[in-house]
Amino acid sequence: MNFVPKMNRRAFVIGTAAAGGGLALGIPFGGALAQSAVAGDLHEQLTSNELGIWVAIKPDDTVCIRVVRAEMGQGSQTGLAQLIAEELEADWSKVTTEYPTPADNVKRKRAWGNYNSSGSRAIRESHQYVREGGAAARMMLILAAANEWKVPASECTASNSTITHTASGKTTTYGKVAEAAAKLPVPEKPALKNPKDWKIAGKPLKRLDTADKVVGKMMYSIDYTMPGMLSAAIKDCPVFGGKVTSFDAAKVSGMKGVKKVVQVDDKSVAVVADTWWQAKTALKALPIVWDKGSNEKVSSASIAKWLEEGLTAETKFVGNKAGDAAAAISGAAKKVEAIYSYPYQNHACLEPMNATALYTADKCEVWTSSQNGEAAYAAAIAASGLPADKVGVHRLMLGTGFGRRTRSDYVTEAVLIAKQMPGTPIKLLKSREEDMTNGVYHPVTQCKLTGALDKDGNVTGLHMRISGQSILAYARPEAMQAGADPITFQGLNPGGAEGVFGYDIPNLLIDHSMRNPHIPPWFWRGVNNNQNAIYLESFIDEMAHAAGQDPLVFRRKMMAKFPKHLGVLNAVAERVGWDKPAPQGVFRGICQHMGYGSYVAAAAEVSVSGNKVKMHRIVAATNPGHAVNPAQIERQIAGSFVYGLSALFHGGITIKDGAVVETNFDTFGSIRMSEMPKVESIIMPSNDFWGGVGEPTIFVAAPAVLNAIFAATGKRYRTFPLKDQNLQIA
Amino acid sequence: MVRLNINGKDHHIDVDPNTPLLWAIRENIGLTGTKYGCGIAQCGACTVHVDGVATRSCSYPVSAAANAKIVTIEGLAQNGILHKVQKAWIEHDVPQCGYCQSGQIMAAVELLKNKPKPTDADIDREMTNICRCGTFQQIRAAIHAAANA
Repeated sequence: MNFVPKMNRRAFVIGTAAAGGGLALGIPFGGALAQSAVAGDLHEQLTSNELGIWVAIKPDDTVCIRVVRAEMGQGSQTGLAQLIAEELEADWSKVTTEYPTPADNVKRKRAWGNYNSSGSRAIRESHQYVREGGAAARMMLILAAANEWKVPASECTASNSTITHTASGKTTTYGKVAEAAAKLPVPEKPALKNPKDWKIAGKPLKRLDTADKVVGKMMYSIDYTMPGMLSAAIKDCPVFGGKVTSFDAAKVSGMKGVKKVVQVDDKSVAVVADTWWQAKTALKALPIVWDKGSNEKVSSASIAKWLEEGLTAETKFVGNKAGDAAAAISGAAKKVEAIYSYPYQNHACLEPMNATALYTADKCEVWTSSQNGEAAYAAAIAASGLPADKVGVHRLMLGTGFGRRTRSDYVTEAVLIAKQMPGTPIKLLKSREEDMTNGVYHPVTQCKLTGALDKDGNVTGLHMRISGQSILAYARPEAMQAGADPITFQGLNPGGAEGVFGYDIPNLLIDHSMRNPHIPPWFWRGVNNNQNAIYLESFIDEMAHAAGQDPLVFRRKMMAKFPKHLGVLNAVAERVGWDKPAPQGVFRGICQHMGYGSYVAAAAEVSVSGNKVKMHRIVAATNPGHAVNPAQIERQIAGSFVYGLSALFHGGITIKDGAVVETNFDTFGSIRMSEMPKVESIIMPSNDFWGGVGEPTIFVAAPAVLNAIFAATGKRYRTFPLKDQNLQIA
Repeated sequence: MVRLNINGKDHHIDVDPNTPLLWAIRENIGLTGTKYGCGIAQCGACTVHVDGVATRSCSYPVSAAANAKIVTIEGLAQNGILHKVQKAWIEHDVPQCGYCQSGQIMAAVELLKNKPKPTDADIDREMTNICRCGTFQQIRAAIHAAANA
């Protein structure tokens, strides 16, 4: 039987710190739970001298900031640490981060709150309590120093991890008073700084995690290894909903390195071998008979036909309504109509889904990369069948997430395999082909838009009928509202803080005819804002041209009631020089959208030669409320164009015989260096709300370029990806 | 047994000669800085140097590398001193998730060896690795910085 070795450096650090006089409280919980859980294995070795839950200080002045939201490249780890360090008045050069495991969180009654990093929520939904955590820790440190000096805390100040008693000139450092401070009560609801006074937050600081990434030392989930570990390759039934009928293990069991062939669940089979390459090679040779179920005849064409019927079907699912759109349309001086569609997309995280699991009769541990540690923990508990206090999930770095890693199917599968080989650590890795053909997908929809213009070219009415797939119906059926999926209408809402429809149209109807094909849908960076922004912003452009008006002027007329939407739109118009002619042969498109609480706009400059689109320049503005790290926001903005335009031009998942056709990056492409447009960012926080950053800009990536392509060619593209229409990036 | 010389050190490993070099490096040698992304030489996350040539190791059989000098991301620094490309990557805060960056760095090192002062067009032509985070602007800036270092 293999027991888990301590791979964690922190265990060593804690041990030596304790020996050196720090509090010997390495494990943050005690009693029966700790003993039953083979202490320390299922939990992170958190630093002692805890000042509340968000900060711990070591005697050598190292500032350990706890970050529970997942870091997948979007920079939240650094941003959250900045917010805490700001209130803490910490020396930024001494800041490190550490991760309480989901099991730690459960033990502390979810003191650290939500672990989920999706919906661009890591900062916007935790800024308040993490800043309060930093401020409380600062107050404890100051009080500890004041007590030592026997002076009032009010006479002491803190800056750069140093506490000063102004009158006497005495100073001390955080590390020296941390042990005493850790024994003080944690102040509740401490006052926070005015963001105008920020010195660490709000600054374009470098990320905390770069050094290991340039020398190959950063440990992603795929890199995790342990003594005695075996590797597993998995194959799911190619048709979603199908099942394994039988497989002939004897055909491959003699192959080099092969240890076992297992049925994972009713739909998948795995080969376990000494190495993953051996497992994958044997899996390819394994005869498997599938029961492909009832979806074998479904194709992209049959799905499209079904969705098309939804464009005119009766429906009660209304997302936004004002006045009487039907009457306005029937009485219009000019009617404009168009039908759009948006395909399935794969997340295509560069690190394919994987997890390592070790199962014994009384314990199950998982090492993986997840956007939601608590969801991974819940999946491991369910799959293992063990009580929560005998299960642990350890976090490793994510080779991107994009929403895919909010789903824990790969954790479940790893545990189900490990359960069949108790005592042996199993690393399950999906091949790229398996990751692409048996994933979960950005959902498929179509949209029929009908607009009414009066004789002066004003929009008097708009009906936007969405037909297609609901994510929640599959992913979170408990979140459906009276059978309807509210997030279908992302960015089209009449109000609220998430994503408000930014045009004042007197007669408006936005509704949804739900049609759920058998392809499993999921949250994909930007989620339904992607196609909603393409549909709406392309069609607004169509109406502007039908009215014979400039697309920017046309939009502005309808946006007086939406100053923040208008603010970002005006910012990109000014920077791109909308009121001046574009360079010879270059054409512009513009658009705006709001989602995940933030306001975004973009202008694109393109030229089109034959079937080649050259994207010369993109100007993108975002108002995320507060800009915690402008350098990382700039990277999220530029990266959103890469991800969004990859999907627009090169992406698209097609369905044939009930299964996914695209298997790899040769058929599901991704933008490369030569195709990357130059992206100029305008970061314009208005400091009166907190919005997201990781997703919003993707909403405007495609529509800005599509509107520019129309300006260049006079052709309106309404189905995607553009490769299917023989349009490529130059 | 196959002999592999990786980062100046000989390894003798017992693998099928058709095993891709990537998996020999990751699983048999235990150097995990070289990444798996696609397995069909599309993404470049597995880029290593084989006799000085940037090579997509996922599609390169270990048998073909038997007499070659192989350098991986772990072997790029010399005597504890980072390569100028690695330094530029840190200076320009290039990585987001970082998963593709071993391959990007290995590709950039070869580019600078062949073109010490690359133009943007050279970078467009030679830097063909996928980055799903979209760090291309930082990569470009870092390559120019390394060229001038």
